[in-house]
Amino acid sequence: MAAPETSTAAVQTLYTNNTLRNAFGGVLSFFILLLIGVMAFSIRLFSVIKYESVIHEFDPYFNYRVTQFLAKNGIYEFWNWFDDRTWYPLGRVIGGTVYPGLTLTAGTIWWLLNSLNIPLSVETVCVFTAPIFSAFASWATYLLTKEVKGTGAGLTAAALLAMVPSYISRSVAGSYDNEAVAIFALIFTFYLYIKTLNTGTLFYATLNSIAYFYMVCSWGGYTFIINLIPMHVLLCIVTGRFSSRLYIAYAPLVVLGTLLAALVPVVGFNAVMTSEHFASFLVFIIIHVVAFVYYIKGILSPKMFKVAVTLVVSVGLAVCCAVIAVLIALVASSPTKGWSGRSLSLLDPTYASKYIPIIASVSEHQPPTWPSYFMDINVLAFLVPAGIIVSLKACFLPLSDASSFVVLYIATSVYFSGVMVRLMLVLAPAACITSGIALSQAFDVFTGSIKFQLTGASSNTEVDAAETSSSTAESQTDAVKTEKPEETAKNRPSRKSKKKEREHGEKPSTKAKAEKKRLLALPLESSVISLLLLVLLGAFYVVHCVWAAAEAYSAPSIVLTSHSHDGLHVFDDFREAYAWLRHNTDVDDKVASWWDYGYQTTAMANRTVIVDNNTWNNTHIATVGTAMSSPERAAWEIFHSLDVKYVLVVFGGLVGYPSDDINKFLWMVRIGGGVFPHIKEPDYLRDGQYRIDSQATPTMLNCLMYKLSYYRFVETDGKGFDRVRQTEIGKKYFKLTHFEEAFTTHHWMVRIYKLKPPKNRIRGKTKKSKSKTSSTTSSPKRSGTKKKNPWQ
Amino acid sequence: MGRTSSTKEDAGALFHSLRSAYAATPVNLKIIDLYVGFAIFTALIQVVYMAMVGSFPFNSFLSGVLSCVGTAVLAVCLRIQVNKENKEFKDLPPERAFADFVLCNLVLHLVIMNFLG
Repeated sequence: MAAPETSTAAVQTLYTNNTLRNAFGGVLSFFILLLIGVMAFSIRLFSVIKYESVIHEFDPYFNYRVTQFLAKNGIYEFWNWFDDRTWYPLGRVIGGTVYPGLTLTAGTIWWLLNSLNIPLSVETVCVFTAPIFSAFASWATYLLTKEVKGTGAGLTAAALLAMVPSYISRSVAGSYDNEAVAIFALIFTFYLYIKTLNTGTLFYATLNSIAYFYMVCSWGGYTFIINLIPMHVLLCIVTGRFSSRLYIAYAPLVVLGTLLAALVPVVGFNAVMTSEHFASFLVFIIIHVVAFVYYIKGILSPKMFKVAVTLVVSVGLAVCCAVIAVLIALVASSPTKGWSGRSLSLLDPTYASKYIPIIASVSEHQPPTWPSYFMDINVLAFLVPAGIIVSLKACFLPLSDASSFVVLYIATSVYFSGVMVRLMLVLAPAACITSGIALSQAFDVFTGSIKFQLTGASSNTEVDAAETSSSTAESQTDAVKTEKPEETAKNRPSRKSKKKEREHGEKPSTKAKAEKKRLLALPLESSVISLLLLVLLGAFYVVHCVWAAAEAYSAPSIVLTSHSHDGLHVFDDFREAYAWLRHNTDVDDKVASWWDYGYQTTAMANRTVIVDNNTWNNTHIATVGTAMSSPERAAWEIFHSLDVKYVLVVFGGLVGYPSDDINKFLWMVRIGGGVFPHIKEPDYLRDGQYRIDSQATPTMLNCLMYKLSYYRFVETDGKGFDRVRQTEIGKKYFKLTHFEEAFTTHHWMVRIYKLKPPKNRIRGKTKKSKSKTSSTTSSPKRSGTKKKNPWQ
Repeated sequence: MGRTSSTKEDAGALFHSLRSAYAATPVNLKIIDLYVGFAIFTALIQVVYMAMVGSFPFNSFLSGVLSCVGTAVLAVCLRIQVNKENKEFKDLPPERAFADFVLCNLVLHLVIMNFLG
């Protein structure tokens, strides 16, 4: 609490008033935070209410499977887990290639609940991990914004973050993915960094490194932190704002953070070997040089310091040049300049489409469109510039390392979100923080001027009091929640000593400020109207967020629904197909499909797959792509050499499901052709157009993907009308020679084919059908086709 | 000729003033300085050893050097905080600073023991 050191009685009474208000405000903000947490949790439950409590999409199934393994076998088995049920015949070292943060978190929660005799299944815990952590994330946002701007801005930012659609899209119940916990870790790391910067204690620096460790465990996006913080440190140094607090915030973080990051198996020595981390080491050296210079400056007289500078600069420059030259030589000696492909595709947006089609093929790696900005951050897009201006205005006052950090954060994240739609997620917290600052500042100004207008007629001391209270209660805008301006002007108990000092510093000039404020105060009517408009804006945002959470982002993508005039249709074909595989095939059978469905097949059907969503081996994926784009016989050979028993294709032509394999087919051709040059993309295109009707090329009409998708399709309606491509298919009546249909789901969305066994060799018949037998006999004769088939 | 002699003089004067300025620092800060110097010296020895023998158990090398660097950095942080002349940390008692220092060191060395391999 603000200890009254001043002597005037008026201020004394004011402060006793304020202590009461502080206590009340503390309780109020605690309850508001609690409600924000509940809201963040419950807005994400639409998917459970509208559908059911299932894991969504693709990657979450893998995480779910890993968590199941962890819960069953324990942590040591988990680190050593070699998974032989995926990437057949290569297998995958799961323990060393997975970011373990999410699975360890959920596994710990499950273990904790079970030891408390609360018997939840692993799946339930996994489904609700993301909503729980989004509540944590909004609290972390509150803490971060409070450090930057004050309690009111913090509450507003937390409320905004709790329902920002961009974050909801990644953290609805069931979306059990790394980002779910990583965003919390990201914000919390930033909070602790700012906290260390503001207080300068080693305690928070330690906590900061541990939070950074959690972030490294959770998501590959930790490189954003380890590059953003050095950038901020550099910015502070360049703008002449170096302080010993900056040193304490940064130097221990680099040493401890590097060591902790190296502990995570998937990062390992990359923490000191790759260019993503070099920026932090460079700044680490720079900050030591700068700290030393400041120290020398402190103990020497100015004249002597000048002498020292002239002496040191000449020597120092030479040394610096040498060090930098060595560093550049080291970095340049590695082929990719030490950067991983994913980072390079961030720095150079055209990189992925040129060199790595497998990264470019994922829709969430595409650059976003303008509507998606509006969809994902909505009115925040308009509030962000205002927030930046408010923060920048604060930059010119003292104590604003924190606001410069927020401005830097939003500038970089806007760039990254422009490169990759998936990184909109990193932008969302920054947008929420700046918008929170802007909104709360606006509320502050308006409520302040209303208050001023109402009390303007009273005596001078009262004016002073009103001014002090409104200036100390800077930006107390829980008005979004309570909509009672009188209650918003409460002082918060959690004032930092520095802020106290600033308030004391401001006191003598309060009179002058009151004069100034009188000019700044807006007329009563206009401020009331503006307040109403702001509330309206907030309400619009809330309505949009609820709509986005309920309609746009809650579909689990393994269960689809459609509304038509005769009611609601549920398409549960995926689970039907996986259940069929689980119950009707042998445990060790291998199932081939495009890599999108690999995780789901291993998790739901428990069958071995050839490729999955962890796209670590491009050649292997290209082999499957080649098989899908080859004619039937060549495809059979490739699959047979991979020991495949069943082939699974997803087909949406009957019900109009647009993201099926025929629509992804060009990517299969591209990725396959990248490794096996006899697959050429132009062979599948008629005049540059991708079509499957009677105008399609013969290569297209004879490839395996076409045949498996449209086999017997004409029997459904007699014409073979594809409802996704809106056209009649080109080749309607054909037979399969090397595959047989094993299972087709209710809506034909998943079709499973079985490879026919190789034919017995028939003596004396070789002359007549030489080409046929050469392909269908067993391995010694297949050497003729070796070029097309890498798995022999 | 005159220029070099003036540079020499300047250097001498600089050296003297540096020494006299440093002599004024309290003893406890000098002890911390010694500690920092020792840690950096140990790190340098390890780097030289690595350059001669090779960095084969890379995690051992890394943890050795980083433990020295980390110790030095933490000691510098402690020195900044307990320095009476530093106005930024007037309200931070030295006991609290030392407790933070110990905690941070504990974490650092726990991690290093884990990483040593």
